[in-house]
Parts: sequence; structure tokens; C-alpha cells
Amino acid sequence: MRWALPLQAIEELNVKLMTCPLNGPRNITEFQCHGEVHRQPEPSGASDHEWAEYVWMSNNTAGVVREWWCHTPTNFWFLAERNTVTDEILATFPVPADGPLGEAS
Amino acid sequence: MKSATPRKGLLIDASRKLKFTFDGREYEGLSGDTIASALAANREWILSRSFKYHRPRGILTMAAQDANTLVQIGNEVSVFADRHPISDGLTVRAQNVGKSARRDSGFVMNRLSRFMPVGFYYRTFYKPKGIWEKVWEPIIRAKAGLGKLDVTKPTEGYYDKAYGWYDVVVVGAGPAGMAAAIAAADTGASVLLLDENPRIGGALNYARLASERDLVGEAKVHDNIEIWTDAICNAWYADNWLPVLRGNRLHKLRAKQVIFATGLIEQPSQFRNNDLPGIMQGSAAQRLIRLFGVKPGNRAVMLAANDDAYGVALDLLEAGVDLAAICDLRKAGHHGPLRSELTQRKVSILDGWCLYEARPEKGDLHVRGVELAEIDAEGTAGRRRRKIDCDLVCMSVGYVPAYQLPLQAGGKLAYDDAAAQFTIDGQDKGVLLAGSVDGFFDLDDCIAHGAVQGLAAAINCGYKSKRRPALPARDRGSPNHPCPIFPHPKGMDFVDFDEDLQVKDIKNAIADGYRELELVKRFSTVGMGPSQGRHAALATAMLVSKYTNRTINEVGVTTARPPVTTEKIATLAGRKFTPFRQTPMHEQHTAQGAVWLLAGNWLRPAYYGHERDAKRLIAEEVVNARNNVGMIDVSTLGGLDVRGPDAAEFLNRMYTFAYVKLPVGKTRYLLMTNEAGTVIDDGVACRRGENYFYVTATTTGVDRIYRNMLWWNAQWRLDVDIANVTAAYAGVNLAGPNARKVLEKLCDDIALSPQDFPYLAYREGTVASIPARVFRVGFIGELGYEIHVPSRFASELWRAVGDAGRAFGIRPFGLEAQRLMRLEKGHVIIGQDTDGMTTPEELDMSWAVANSKPFFIGKRSLEIRNKTLSSRKLVGFVLDRMPAAGLQESNLVVKNGSIAGFITSIAFSPTLGRVIGLAYADRLDANLGSRIVLRASDGSKHHAQVASPHFYDPENLRQEM
Repeated sequence: MRWALPLQAIEELNVKLMTCPLNGPRNITEFQCHGEVHRQPEPSGASDHEWAEYVWMSNNTAGVVREWWCHTPTNFWFLAERNTVTDEILATFPVPADGPLGEAS
Repeated sequence: MKSATPRKGLLIDASRKLKFTFDGREYEGLSGDTIASALAANREWILSRSFKYHRPRGILTMAAQDANTLVQIGNEVSVFADRHPISDGLTVRAQNVGKSARRDSGFVMNRLSRFMPVGFYYRTFYKPKGIWEKVWEPIIRAKAGLGKLDVTKPTEGYYDKAYGWYDVVVVGAGPAGMAAAIAAADTGASVLLLDENPRIGGALNYARLASERDLVGEAKVHDNIEIWTDAICNAWYADNWLPVLRGNRLHKLRAKQVIFATGLIEQPSQFRNNDLPGIMQGSAAQRLIRLFGVKPGNRAVMLAANDDAYGVALDLLEAGVDLAAICDLRKAGHHGPLRSELTQRKVSILDGWCLYEARPEKGDLHVRGVELAEIDAEGTAGRRRRKIDCDLVCMSVGYVPAYQLPLQAGGKLAYDDAAAQFTIDGQDKGVLLAGSVDGFFDLDDCIAHGAVQGLAAAINCGYKSKRRPALPARDRGSPNHPCPIFPHPKGMDFVDFDEDLQVKDIKNAIADGYRELELVKRFSTVGMGPSQGRHAALATAMLVSKYTNRTINEVGVTTARPPVTTEKIATLAGRKFTPFRQTPMHEQHTAQGAVWLLAGNWLRPAYYGHERDAKRLIAEEVVNARNNVGMIDVSTLGGLDVRGPDAAEFLNRMYTFAYVKLPVGKTRYLLMTNEAGTVIDDGVACRRGENYFYVTATTTGVDRIYRNMLWWNAQWRLDVDIANVTAAYAGVNLAGPNARKVLEKLCDDIALSPQDFPYLAYREGTVASIPARVFRVGFIGELGYEIHVPSRFASELWRAVGDAGRAFGIRPFGLEAQRLMRLEKGHVIIGQDTDGMTTPEELDMSWAVANSKPFFIGKRSLEIRNKTLSSRKLVGFVLDRMPAAGLQESNLVVKNGSIAGFITSIAFSPTLGRVIGLAYADRLDANLGSRIVLRASDGSKHHAQVASPHFYDPENLRQEM
């Protein structure tokens, strides 16, 4: 898994708030985005092409997407719904205990 | 020439005299004076020379808005002379001057101005090819720039950051800002009221304005209004995140609601020589008079286009300035109370006249007089002229809103051409505007509007109030002239003082085809100087609209981006804070003479001894560990405790090897690939119990690996608990043929014989009576014990091992020796010998991949990637000696003129007496004995022989003994 660069570098430029389901509203600099929620295909059932799509391709949806986010000081992972056009964070919530992660994409 | 009577002003204390120097000459000022006001009190008007033509420049705004007043103090460049206070012994120098601001050799540029058309740089210096870099750039660089910075000098002073949280932050403490703060605070909201000036009150402090309400007093009695003066809100960022500069401290504020009551920026008029010292804005003259008690001149001409100008005129008269004439750009018909007062005082008012030319003293050092012209039917300067002598010209022809912050907050600027007025709307929902920045010009309207907005902000924060103040009307007219620009055939009618741009420069840029404002800006550089178009943007828009036959609203104005005003890098950097980590044995390494190396953010001993002996010391450390016994601090190694019924299954999924059947008391190598099948980490898994693994990870990788594990398990939901215990455990690796003998002296509850504690076994017990996790691994390839203990016992462990080993001649070894020895063994370092594409197969480590497992991260991708193997492979290589050119990591491996790979590790091995290394090379050359070609940094090529990467003890006899 490749990880994004630390966010400190762009601290002054992008300093909104995000509400961590565990820690409450915190500066966005404390968070890392881990990209769209991606449903992993069944490894043995997926064709090479399908698997490569899963590993390398992103939908890059212009609109509301469901994403993985991590509150880095506490390493708490959760899900967020964010509008990629306006950068508006619509909702944040913990990973459902036994439910699906969201729309497969 | 000093005035006989002591000066009286709001900001100064006439009883406290201070001495400072400007350009080497000593001046006296008063406590509270700015550099500019103190110089003005001494009749010294020239503060700087202009950027291009080196024209003398002086006070324009007295509000720290223009580049004219930028001076150098010590090693600090571009300080606003009209904001920075004087102090005893302050040394101030003019910028961009040869000798001094008054006598500047660069003034010759003024006469060359006609040879420097707009876009001069783009037109002139680009031919022939290469001449810019070789000839012109060095010359221009020497001439250009403001101030001289000695970058070898350390930053003076202490800089730091602070954080704050408020319900409402009000930026600008003028009438509207104060009213807003009071209204918000009345509901109970926590309010911060900040202003860039040393005193709150805004225009009430200097303009001819009076309010029935004592707003300053009201604001000060509210406990829930915090007041910051000399504080600059320098930007707006998402969700109301505000960087506020206050001295050497950068405050980062988060506000639920922000009110921008930033007010207006007075605009100059364009006429010939409108930049001469002695020509200033009406508000600048008022600031000099009221704030500093400085008489701005002896005989003035007032250029007017609104009634504020009449207030300035009355102020000038009261300050003892002789008012030669008021030249009003408006046609007759303005009969306010201020005008009656002026006519009573027999002041000559010329309605419908403009200022056509200012006449200079020799050397353009000051204004000497003006030529006025009657405005003709076309709105341009007509044939009727009048010449008047004067040493002061004040301009009050209109304003633009201080729109920078509202626009950063998403506001859009529109221009009402009929009213000659900007309007702002559409800003972020947490941002409100109050007062004149939002188009209210009457004092009572501003106060009323501030109260409305302050209440609205508080209500938006959830506070309650029964008050519902009425919004004032917006249709009271504007103080702005639609186009106070009167071009002169001989030019010097400056649109942009920072960049020395004249009316014809804008006109010519348009004639060259740059019709859009953004293109005019880029070609002419208008608005790109230190004042960022505060006084040039509107005039430029007016000219572009005029010469392209569009309205100003159609032309638009350029956008505003952070920062609003100058900010120091030191302020942004704050405290010089580079966090690093020390192991609990740090002091002992220091005592033993460690030379430090930064690994990740850990300080680790590179070797022990003096730097000049580095090579010899490292070799000695290697030889002693190989032939005797050595010890190294491995506390930085990542440590993770993985517990729970699913612990083995979890490791099976995270790592490539198989762990379910690993017996308790055994260790197994760990190799991690990512979803693409690329190697990203390695370590050792120790099975402490059926459901309990102690897992090591690379020093620099552990935090990321830990986070990665939590992410995967957020999806898998295996019954496992993962804890990062890196800092909780410290460790010593005891290695060398005598390691067992040393450990025997420290252990009485762990059987150490090769049969009882074989290679790769894991034991728990005590070492020197310290509870310890002990396991046999062979990173450097000798008999070795990894001893991990709780961190609080670390220094005791280091001491005990050293003491026990003394009889055997133990010596500590550093990271350099360790890296060398692992290279001799051919053990890869993840991140150094691997890159973003490395597969286990390329490393010849397929033995660590359990393909029989149903799943591990990267398995499916490796199946695909192993079908068509890459063209490269990591190989070992040897050279008899290091070539004179030197070979380094990252030097290329070349084959048939193209790149086949690169060196990942290379060193002279003291054990083997030759140069050894690892490199990616063509897979076809991976056979032992093949020759590969290494390209040194100087381009020279060197043959190396491919060898087994296990250069030392390939049968592993030594580490398994």
C-alpha cells in the first residue's frame, strides 16, 4: 500500500475541519485520506484484468464519494462522505460493525 | 527645521524623545512615532527610490499599504516605515538606492524611461539565445530587488505560533467592526476584535468624524471582547481558519463566524508626476495631523471628488497649512455643510477642474507646484489652465473596498459602473461583511450595519437575542469618481507606483493585444509589486475598460490570494523545532564517543570515536564483531504486539510467509508486500504464545505498517489486538563468536547451549535480572542474540552487557558497521535495496512467499506479475578496488548504451578486502561470474563481476553456531 505524503507540507493551504467519529472536530491536517472505498474482488475468482483494475484504477468520481480517512494521532480509521467537487465533507462515521463499507466501486 | 511648538497627536508622547538614524543621519522623534511620521516631522519626505526609474518616493497612504515606504532595518528588508515604530538607536536604511534616498545614482534610469517600454524584459533580452542567462540576468539581478539580505546572518529574535478559538472574530476595529463586536458580545458570544493599527477606532481616530456613541469605550468594557491591536489577519482559509500576525508570533485562529470590517483603501488620481514626494492621499494627511501631530506641508492644493476631501481641507487649515486651492473633479452643485465652512473661510474652490501636472523641484525631490486644467466636455484636461505653487497635494477622489480577505473567503467582486462602486457577495457562509467594505459610506450607516452583522454572527453561533436592528439603506451615493485619470503626453502619470507603470504602459499593453485584465497584468506586471494592486487594480481596470470599450464590470478585476500583506518566513517557520528521537541508551553512547546519524527521526550512533578516524573505526568495529564480540543499540527497531485468537491468521494475511504452524518459542522472517505485490517491509515474528506474537518492523516503517494493519483489520474484523510497542521496548543486539560467553554471564534462567537455544529460537527470561525477550537472529551474520527489555531498564542492560563483555574485549558498534556487515551477508534493507516496483522474486526471496496460502496482501498481484518477469534482478557484485572516480548508491548499471539498473548498496568490505555491492542488473546477467558495467557520477564506466550476494559465510555456519 502506498501512502500519501504527510500533510504538514500543505498545512497553510488546506486547513479545514473534519469531524472524527472518535475524537470530534479536528484540523484536517491531522487526517490522511486513503482514497475511495473500493470493494476487493474475490482474489481467486477475479480475472487478471479485474484484479489490475481493483489495484490500480480509481473512479475519480466528480461528486459525492465514500472515502477512507484516518485520524493520524490516534490511528483511528473511519469512513467519510465527501463531495470531491466542492470539497465539502457531508458525513463521517465509524466502520459499520457488520454491515457493508458502502457502495462497491 | 523643527516646529517650535511640541507636536500633539493621538499616538505620540511628546515628553519622550527618541533618536534614530535614517541613511546614516540622526533624527529625533517621539515615542509612538512611526519611522515615516518622525521623518516627516523633520521635513524629510523621501523614504525610498522607485523600483525601475529610481524616482524619489515618499508618504502616500500612512497606512502601510504602499511600497513607497518600504525600508530596511538591520538585516530585515521591506519594513513599512509608516507602520514600524521608532526606538532609541534604531538604524534605518532606504532600499533600492545607490548612496541614500536623497542622493541616488540610479536616478539616471528616470531619463532612460522612454527606452523601457512596457513588457521591456520580454521584448529586449531574449535574443540571441543564451544572452539572458549570460549577460542580462546578472546585470539586472544586481540592480533589481528591494533591500539587501545577508543570508549568512542568523534570524534575530524568537518566533513562535499560538492557537485560538472564538465564536466571532472581527477583523478591523473601525466604527463598523467595533459596533459588530459589541452587538455580538452583548449576546454572550466570545469575540476577538483585531486591528492592524496600534489603536482601535479606525477612521474615527484620524478622519473628521464624530459618533454619538463611545464605541471604543463600549468595546473595552465587554469582558467577552478580546482586543488585539497591531494584529494583521493575513489570510482566510477554509472553515474560518485565520493566520494572524502579531509581532513575532503567528496566531492560528478558528472562528465559528468571521466578520470582515476591513474598510476602504483610498485611491490616487493619475496625472503627470503624481508620485512626487509631497503628494499624498487625503487620509494620509489626516493621519499625519491627528495621529502624529505632523504638519504635512506649508501650502497645499486639495484634489477632491467627494465631500471627505472638504473634511481634509478643513483639517489642513486647522493644522496651519495654507490652502491654495481646492480642485474638485465634480461639476458645481455640491453644497454640504463642510463646503459652506470652506467658502466662509474664503478657500478658492474650482469646480470641474482636474490636476493635470505636478511640477517638481530639481531632481524630482518634492512637489513644487501644480498645473490645473478645466475638464472639457470629453472629461479630459481642457485648454484652460492655472498654475499654483505648493509643497503639498492631497488627493481624495475615491476608494475601493479592502476586498482581499472577503475575496479569499470566496466572495465575488462586481462593479456598479453607474455608482463607480465595487460590490462583494457570495463569500463563505461563515463570513459576514460590515461597514464600508460592504458599500456603506456614512458613519452612522456603518455603525448600524456593524450592529446588524455582529448580531447575525452571534445568532449563527447559536446565541439568542430579542433585538432586531434595521439594516441601513444602501442608496446614499458613492464617494468615488468614475475615472480620475488624466493622461499626460509626456507621461510619468503613474498607475502602479511599485512597478513604475504609467498610463501609456497599460495603453500599449492593450495595443499589443493583451486585452484581458489578467494578460495586461502578466505582460506589464501591474499589481504584482509589494502593494499587490491596492492602488493600481481599479485604475488599470478603468484604463482597460476605456481602451477596449467595455464596462469595468465586464473587464473585472484580478483575484486576491493570500497573504494580504508582507509576512516573514521566520514567522511562518515559528520556533525552530525539528523533532528527533533518542533511545534510552543515548547518554551512554555519548559517553562512549558516538558520532550521530539520523535514521528516520532517530539519532543513532554511526560509529564510536573521532570523525577523522571514521574509516578505521568502522573497520575495527566490524573486525571486532566478526572475530570477537560486539554490541549495538537496536531500540529503534519497530515492535508490535499482536494478540488474540486470530493473531496467526492476521499475520498470515499481512505477510507473505506462513505463521499458523510456527511453534511457540520460534521466530520466522517476515516479508510484507503491498496490494500491488511490491515489497514494503520486513522483520521477524516471534511466537510468544499460541495467540501472541511479538513482531518487529523496520525503524522507519513501523508507524506506517502499524497504521496499515489497523486499516486492514477495520475491514477484516479479525479477533486481534495490535499495539505499537516500539518505544516501550529497548534492545541490544549482542553478536560475534563470543556472544554466548558474554550472555552466559548475565543469564541464569535461559539455557543458552546451541541445542537448548538454537538459531531462530525465541526465549523469555531475565538478562542481568531484567525481564527480557531474547531471540537468535543473524542480521550481521554472526552468532547473535537480540535482547529486548522494557525501556526503563535499557541503560542498565547496556551497562550490564558492556561489563560482562569487557573480559572478552567487547566494543559497541554503530549503524555504519552494522550496514556494512549486513551487506557482507547480502541482507537487503527495505527502502534502500528495494524501490516502488521490487517483487520478492527480484530479490531472490521467493522462499519467503508461501504461495500455498489462500490469501496474503499482494498474492494475487504477484501471481500476475510473476507470469511475465521483469527484466531486472538484484545481484551481488564485486570489484577489486574502488575506482578513483568513486562509485555510489544510485549510480547506473548500463548495458548496450541503455540503463539496465542501478547500484543500491556499495562499500569496501574490510572482512573480504574488496569492494562489494548490490545492484539491479539485467536478469540475463544475473548468473555468477557475469560482468556488468557500472557508470560513475563522472560518466566513467567500470566493470564489476556478478557474485552471490552472500559474500560472507554463504553457508551460514557462523550465525547458526
